[in-house]
Amino acid sequence: MTPARKKRLALILLMVVGVAVGVGFALKSLDENIMFFFTPTEVMAGKAPKNKLFRMGGMVVDGSVSRPGDGLTVQFDLTDNEKQVTVRYAGILPDLFREGQGIIANGKLDDKGDFIAQEVLAKHDENYMPPELAGMHKSEDAQAEDPY
Amino acid sequence: MFLWFHKLGSPPHFYRIAGKWIPWLSWIFLALLLAGLYGGLILAPPDYQQGESYRIIFVHVPSAWMSLFIYVVMAFCGIVIIVWRMKLAEVVLISSAPIGASFTFLALVTGSLWGKPMWGTYWVWDARLTSELILLFLYLGVIGLHNAIEDKRVAARAVAILALVGVVNIPIIHYSVEWWHSLHQGASLSKFDKPSMPPSMYVPILIMALAFQVYYVLALFHKCRVELLQRERNSKWVGEL
Repeated sequence: MTPARKKRLALILLMVVGVAVGVGFALKSLDENIMFFFTPTEVMAGKAPKNKLFRMGGMVVDGSVSRPGDGLTVQFDLTDNEKQVTVRYAGILPDLFREGQGIIANGKLDDKGDFIAQEVLAKHDENYMPPELAGMHKSEDAQAEDPY
Repeated sequence: MFLWFHKLGSPPHFYRIAGKWIPWLSWIFLALLLAGLYGGLILAPPDYQQGESYRIIFVHVPSAWMSLFIYVVMAFCGIVIIVWRMKLAEVVLISSAPIGASFTFLALVTGSLWGKPMWGTYWVWDARLTSELILLFLYLGVIGLHNAIEDKRVAARAVAILALVGVVNIPIIHYSVEWWHSLHQGASLSKFDKPSMPPSMYVPILIMALAFQVYYVLALFHKCRVELLQRERNSKWVGEL
């Protein structure tokens, strides 16, 4: 390589590294804003914003889904396998909503510390399998906890 | 090897070679596409949770991979342009941009159509979706910048810088689902881990990915030939055609 080419190569690599470091710092400082949701543990620790909409993600606790009152409102507990928060939501649930499913709810906490959701999204995981295999994998999945 | 590379870099030689490959590539692409679609839409079993809706994965995942791959090719061309001033790299870079933009667009649209029934929303501003959208804007920026500068060789150098600056977005897209909490799921297929789906599902995805790769080369050859003819219209070898 000629000296001129070497110099250009060095300059261009320096530029890419510089941009990468810059973007890295920017993303690091924006970390909280890029996080799409808070976990129930973070919410319980008071890390989530007060009196402002935020998203909370976790697994729907088995056997916790109920429809108190008029039957339009759904109530369920959301867990990250450490803490759990009760969520209430009046609206249409996505197809994938079920007990044991990862979901993300958007809303705020009320005075009692319950989460009042305005929107519920299902978080799909990366596992795909044919229906006949699903039963066999259930027991394994229960051990491989903590999808987040 | 180096000689072969040098020879390929000469426009008339590339023009001839690409012309010879195009019919072959077309047939290979067609065969792979049909095999992939048959495997994905007919042979593969439905998913235990999503039923048939998951089948969009056979287009979504390969196009998302291509959107990243083509950008990396463009960034590599960018280095070659700036360091070696190679004309063919300029042609490859600018011809790749619209193809990459199309794959990015396809990945975004198919993902959005899947997101509505599965997640419950067409779009959210999570890290993966947002960084992929930025990738689309980078592609459009490359096309726009190239068109804005009259002198093609100056334009190529400007575009090379833009392509190289944008390349930092590629690892961000790839790792976005690991670095941050996102709505988008993690990778089902990766080089190092066991795939989290059965072969009857991931084999068609890989065949489709190969089909898209071949399509990229095919489309690239077509576009490069046109671009070369336009740029070299006053040269002797074009006159002889």
